[in-house]
Amino acid sequence: MEAMLTCGNWTQTLGCVGKVRLGGGGVSSDKTVFGAHNGLRRSSSAGLSSVAKELRVVSSFRRRQAANVGAGDLSVRAASGNGAAPKQFDYDVVIIGAGVGGHGAALHAVEKGLKTAIIEGDVVGGTCVNRGCVPSKALLAVSGRMRELRDEHHLKALGIQVGAANFDRQSVADHANNLATKIRGNLTNSMKALGVDILTGVGSIVAPQVVKYGKIGFSDKTVTARNIIIATGSVPFVPPGIEVDGKTVFTSDHALKLEWIPDWITIVGSGYIGLEFSDVYTALGSEVTFVEALDGLMPGFDPEIGKLAQRILINPRKIDYHVGVLAKKITPAKDGKPVQIELVDTKTKEPKDILEVDAALIATGRSPFTKGLGLEKINVTTQRGFVPVDERMQVLDSEGKPVPHLYCIGDANGKMMLAHAASAQGISVIEQIAGRDNILNHNSVPAACFTHPEISMVGLTEPQARALGTEEGFKVSVAKTSFKANTKALAENEGEGLAKMIYRPDTGEILGVHILGLHAADLIHEASNAIAMGNTIRDIKFAVHAHPTLSEVLDELFKAAKLDEEHAAVETPKEVLESVSA
Amino acid sequence: MATSLHLSLAASAPASALRSSSAFFGNAGSLSRPSVVLGIGRRNANLVVEAKIREIFMPALSSTMTEGKIVTWNKTEGEKLTKGESVVVVESDKADMDVETFYDGFLAKIVIGEGETAPVGAAIGLLAETEEEIAEAKSKGAAQAAPAAPKPSAVEEKAVAPPAPTAAPAVAAVQVAPEPTAPEEPRSSRIVATPYAKKLAKQYSVDLATIAGSGPSGRIVAEDVEAAAGKTPVPAAAPVPSVAQPSAAVAAAPSAAPTPAAALAPAGSVAFTSMQAGVARNMVDSMSVPVFRVGYTITTDALDALYKKIKSKGVTMTALLAKAAALALAKHPVVNACCKDGKSFTYNEDINIAVAVAMDGGLLTPVLKNADKVDIYSLSRSWKDLVDKARAKQLSPAEYNSGTFVLSNLGMFGVDRFDAILPPGMGAIMAVGASVPTVVATGNGLFGVKNRMTVNVTADHRIIYGGDLAVFLQTFAAIIEDPTELTM
Repeated sequence: MEAMLTCGNWTQTLGCVGKVRLGGGGVSSDKTVFGAHNGLRRSSSAGLSSVAKELRVVSSFRRRQAANVGAGDLSVRAASGNGAAPKQFDYDVVIIGAGVGGHGAALHAVEKGLKTAIIEGDVVGGTCVNRGCVPSKALLAVSGRMRELRDEHHLKALGIQVGAANFDRQSVADHANNLATKIRGNLTNSMKALGVDILTGVGSIVAPQVVKYGKIGFSDKTVTARNIIIATGSVPFVPPGIEVDGKTVFTSDHALKLEWIPDWITIVGSGYIGLEFSDVYTALGSEVTFVEALDGLMPGFDPEIGKLAQRILINPRKIDYHVGVLAKKITPAKDGKPVQIELVDTKTKEPKDILEVDAALIATGRSPFTKGLGLEKINVTTQRGFVPVDERMQVLDSEGKPVPHLYCIGDANGKMMLAHAASAQGISVIEQIAGRDNILNHNSVPAACFTHPEISMVGLTEPQARALGTEEGFKVSVAKTSFKANTKALAENEGEGLAKMIYRPDTGEILGVHILGLHAADLIHEASNAIAMGNTIRDIKFAVHAHPTLSEVLDELFKAAKLDEEHAAVETPKEVLESVSA
Repeated sequence: MATSLHLSLAASAPASALRSSSAFFGNAGSLSRPSVVLGIGRRNANLVVEAKIREIFMPALSSTMTEGKIVTWNKTEGEKLTKGESVVVVESDKADMDVETFYDGFLAKIVIGEGETAPVGAAIGLLAETEEEIAEAKSKGAAQAAPAAPKPSAVEEKAVAPPAPTAAPAVAAVQVAPEPTAPEEPRSSRIVATPYAKKLAKQYSVDLATIAGSGPSGRIVAEDVEAAAGKTPVPAAAPVPSVAQPSAAVAAAPSAAPTPAAALAPAGSVAFTSMQAGVARNMVDSMSVPVFRVGYTITTDALDALYKKIKSKGVTMTALLAKAAALALAKHPVVNACCKDGKSFTYNEDINIAVAVAMDGGLLTPVLKNADKVDIYSLSRSWKDLVDKARAKQLSPAEYNSGTFVLSNLGMFGVDRFDAILPPGMGAIMAVGASVPTVVATGNGLFGVKNRMTVNVTADHRIIYGGDLAVFLQTFAAIIEDPTELTM
């Protein structure tokens, strides 16, 4: 799965750490049976026994108690040590890496009364805050407004007249940078205020439960930790043959600085990162050419959503694309020659075309940043750089056995390369360290792409769900609604968009929800929370949504679902389907 | 020689250099008339068994050339060519050049006719190895000629008429035409067009192959398609200033009187020549540089006296002014510098004074190299050579590309002061007005009449500051007012 620049709502995580929902962990009614772990994601639920469920029920109860005892209580910490280790430890938890994952884990660890340190080798906030989701949201905010202000047709329809809108590149870049700085400050302060020790330097493991850290040129310091969490994140992946000069050929790291706006830029990779940047660049006046190795744009999206996204986000804009080709060689602009991109057929490797453009953005995904962690000293072998973990994020050694007291979260384990997924994994790990078994249901983790309009999703795509249904012998149904049927969207004159829900008509279980439309990224949480809590359509369809709001798009989906027992269930109105497929 | 020139030219001609085939360029070494060997390439040599028909590409004659206009074909279709012979004359944005072939063979087909324009790297003709292959080449060429033939000079009203509905099927037919020798693709040059240009071309049913790109490296941009389709781009909020500024921008040289224009007054819309298009592009580009101007009035009595004295030895006023400027620049290297990347000073080792010369329908900037070191008599001689060559459009790129400081003189027309636009890639340009008798206070309480001229320097303020220009002008004035140094 490709990483995204879309943690976006980390501030929510920061503001309400205790409220972050862990899949299935917070529900204790007998209805959990068809809850989050009911075979949705086989990899993460395969080992789940009913005993584990029992434990979780208890743990959620205890967790509330622990919160009452209060954070930072050292006696709680001492008691939680199980007496297993005779040795004294400097810390209960040492987290290597202070990105969003490490930060989420650290805050939750403090809440659990654990003595916590976090080692940061670069800057607090990691990729998300400094080189990812956060600054890109600043750029996208500008892009969204520019689109609105330049969309004469749209403005006219609303009765608004605006003079020619323009922007100052440097100020836009400053806005992104200032935002990152501010968020970084918030993150640092929140950890300091709670008593998390921030250790500066590059951390690595020297022996089980022993971590050393230090800056280059200074002698290393060693700390012992009852538990170690690796949260070192990832860096942009640059395929071989591509020469990145940081000026005309660059990755998202450079692009976010917005040092210039090329007239014509090729974006290699049409996943979340590429798509978001295409939104920014086209709004600021660039023309964009996508290069995608797979046979269609936006792989990984639900195909129907992808098709519509192409119609809304690609075709009307100054964008063209080459699919099924690899950028075999990219040479930066030099001596008045433009950037040159050699394309070869993905399958046959035959030369296809040569592009000459002003700039190239490499958005081909991210690779784990796990070198130099000293994993070899404890018999752990990375797989393509990713640290192997089990469903509890416990690191596995080269024999596949869990390494005691060692966990890995976030991009470094590659399970789901999203900032908020890393944070949720971190909280799940802390729960386990604090004595409550916990398994994060990755199928309940939403994802979003902050284009205009936005795309969001949770759970399975329709083909994935159908494959699973065939394999496990259950029926899969789909409900759809168009934003054109939503009053608020029409009031905003933003009727473009589609929401679809994939579900089991027999149990009412939500398998996946995909939204493309106005504020889709904010709308998805009703669905993701339902999956996490194990709510079925049967329950949620009776929940009330304020009118007129965009949330009624989901209300519409829930009500449109046709469950087996309920023959009177509302069918998807025909005209809605027609308008969606129009 | 051929090899080295091949490399340097290839570097400035990405379109040709990219091709996997071999593009050969060579300099035939003709002294009086700069010439280039034809860029001839063979596509996919490894795939095709043996393609004996070669394409003749539009060569890149200068680093800024993106397209070229065919002035004349020296050979006709079917004529035999010998290696080294001049085949075609191409007009770039700077000069006319003879283009020579690197192969023996026959000129099988002329793809781009005289007066037509093609982007650098585009096929302008086909060369067959043997006589038998001429016919084959012709059929192949027909595929190319058809879309290329209606090549409009973008501005002409007629070309702008709504695209004929028949155009599309015609093109389609051409594209499916059987390809006996090289089945890969009939088109010789890749069409580089931006995504929006492609969209517009589809929308307006414009064949991109018929459009010469005006973007970087000759790429077709949206405006080109709009122009070809006769759609004016969405009117800009405000008219671009200073583009419309009269030609006084950079100006003329001694004795380069404008053509007696009255005789044949042009009417209606007339397409730019390559040179005019180059000037227009440069002028628009110049707007991205923050410039400022500093003027200085200088007494020229001593200079005038010197000029009178050595005029008979062939010394020109332009050479004297260039020499004076060069000597002043030697003392103020920053004024001889330029800013290439917006981040650094680029100091030039040599002091090369480019002098603007008005040309029939354009202007050129021949360069007096090492003007600080070369003596005034040699300098004057090289100036005469340069002017003659410029008139004949035979300047080699090095003779107009290598300037480090520009001098523009309109004094001979009686212009007393003007200001010049700083050409891209330069640090400063000096505009010289006429020297006129002026009543001045002479310092001892008396009035006197002195010849005075006003010079006005435009400079790139990223690297050259007001103080720099002030002291430079002070030095320059001192040299003009005591010109003994000029003859040393």
